[in-house]
Amino acid sequence: MLSLERRQVDSRLMEYLSPVLALMLTIITGFLIFLGLDRDPVEGLRLFFIVPISDAVGVAELGLKAAPLLLCAAGLTICYRAKIWNIGAEGHFLMGAVGATIAALQFGEGTGFWILPVVLLAGIACGALWSAIAAFLKTHFHCNEILTTIMLNYIALNLLLYAVHGPLKDPYGFSFPQSAMFGDAALLPMLIPGTRLHIGLLFALLAAVAVGVLFARTFIGFQLKVLGEDEKAAEFAGFPRKRLIWFAFLVAGGMAGLAGAAEVTGPIGQLIPQVSPGYGYTAIIVVFLGRMRAIGLILASALLALTFLGGEMMQIGMNLPKAMTGLFQGLLLFYLLTCDAFIHYRIRLTRKHVTASAGTNTPLATQES
Amino acid sequence: MSPDMIVNILAATVVAGTPLLIVALGELICERSGVLNLGQEGMMLIGAVAGFAGVYASGSLLVGVIAGMAAGVGMSLLFGFMAITLAANQYAAGLALTIFGTGLSAFVGTDFVGKTIDGFTKLPIPFLSDIPVLGPVLFNHDLLVYVSLGLFVAVYVFLRHSRGGLLLRAVGESPESANANGLPVLLIRYLAVSFGGAMAGLAGAYLSLAYTPLWTEGMTAGRGWIALALVVFATWRPVRVLLGAYLFGLASILHLVLQGFGWDISPELLAMLPYGVTVIVLVLLSANPTRTRLHTPLSIGQPWRPSR
Repeated sequence: MLSLERRQVDSRLMEYLSPVLALMLTIITGFLIFLGLDRDPVEGLRLFFIVPISDAVGVAELGLKAAPLLLCAAGLTICYRAKIWNIGAEGHFLMGAVGATIAALQFGEGTGFWILPVVLLAGIACGALWSAIAAFLKTHFHCNEILTTIMLNYIALNLLLYAVHGPLKDPYGFSFPQSAMFGDAALLPMLIPGTRLHIGLLFALLAAVAVGVLFARTFIGFQLKVLGEDEKAAEFAGFPRKRLIWFAFLVAGGMAGLAGAAEVTGPIGQLIPQVSPGYGYTAIIVVFLGRMRAIGLILASALLALTFLGGEMMQIGMNLPKAMTGLFQGLLLFYLLTCDAFIHYRIRLTRKHVTASAGTNTPLATQES
Repeated sequence: MSPDMIVNILAATVVAGTPLLIVALGELICERSGVLNLGQEGMMLIGAVAGFAGVYASGSLLVGVIAGMAAGVGMSLLFGFMAITLAANQYAAGLALTIFGTGLSAFVGTDFVGKTIDGFTKLPIPFLSDIPVLGPVLFNHDLLVYVSLGLFVAVYVFLRHSRGGLLLRAVGESPESANANGLPVLLIRYLAVSFGGAMAGLAGAYLSLAYTPLWTEGMTAGRGWIALALVVFATWRPVRVLLGAYLFGLASILHLVLQGFGWDISPELLAMLPYGVTVIVLVLLSANPTRTRLHTPLSIGQPWRPSR
């Protein structure tokens, strides 16, 4: 019989192997799904995972999609390390986009090098402000942050819809629900000419490194880790619990807000209802898959960015629904959590008669421990 | 506001509260066993699309309801495998279920967008539906509304007056002592999680077969999450789940009420109401942590495996 047995020491190897295994299992499942749909599985997987990044433009698009994921994930990592279950990156992202839009529209076609920083800061501020609500509710009213941040996500989405249907609607936009196009001074400079890749990717890489440094080198990072590992220990050590919660929320909100601002000032150039294909939710997968470490987050954000491109490719190349993206993302997270169990546990083959004679087993077990 | 209008609002409240009631009753049982399943939204979506597919393929509403519930159970078993057998983090496993369910339902449902079926129709109960006020509010609905009330009674009696309910609560309060007493903790938790899955599937099917008989991507619109808040709101007690479900139901149709008053507010702002109400209710309730802690199943959210 197979049984699960707690390891004496958590397996470091499994911790790094688990994401790779999860990806392999996802690909195998994808293979089976294509078979089930009566499509050529090799061609399907090639279209999903390889074709989107087979040329320079494709790689640039990958960076374009990875940037917001990485920014959101970097912020969420700070929260999750401290076991603060902030699910609100989507809401912070949307509010960041709205905030940046409000600022950008004030300047119209004006010029000045300071316009772009002001627009981005407005996005950061709005994202942070939105997450501050959840932080306040958690520290002052002990509200469960999972539920408050989810609700705030829905409210933010409706605020965005209200904005593009009402106050921020382009008066010359033929009544389409979208804002006016931003002036050139409010747009992010391009990173690679000829592609849509803008310097938002640099912000994201910087954020990932900053989070890595925060946990590897700073006292705040240490305090956050202790708070996540053992709340009682953090209390005994006199760590300022409330201030740490505020810090985690504000930084996460600011980073996701910046991601939203970079999306409207980058590839889109205006505020539209579909500004996010669910970056804030996908970023949760990035955090778990990236093992909450800088390099891991970068790799994971690239992989999940690929699932967005792959989904689009499915629609174009195989006439399959774009929703394939969400399916692959869900499978990936599922397999990851399953594989993660083997960080703490190992499978053991036990013979029936050994388990049956529990009496002889017990003394041995006590000796071992 | 005329009396007729009030009756109409109350009747609509019951209908809007029904999916919340069903899914929250399931989650209540699940949480009472000590397992927190954040995957309600995902299970509801799968239930909704499976239910719709069942009716679309067979023409039978019964097949649809069974398909929805079976799909919900299937999803919950996936969660159970991770959270119970593998003792994974319940938060992460539940989130995974929601993300997976959202993706899978959108994928499966692509073919059903824009299709129509014959959904549940009103089934007035003879005599009872003729009672003034109470009749139209409670006894002039589709079959699933009555089923949801039956489920409420069943859950209430099960928890309060049955041996099974006692065992369930024992497992939720202390899996360690329950295990020491020879209770099959993991099995009981699996059963509780499956019941939660069946209810979430049924609630999803209610949306796609009765509430708005069609399928749209993400049609649950956060109801699974609201139900989770509802269970906290109800401090894990069935009667309060019932009242809460209708309260939240009222919040979700409030925009119709306000339009009835002739208020001119943008529909997008009004659509925030149920979520805003949820946050406010959470604030009011959580402000006193001792009160919540008193009623929280002790072992909730903590993975547990037998030590040997």
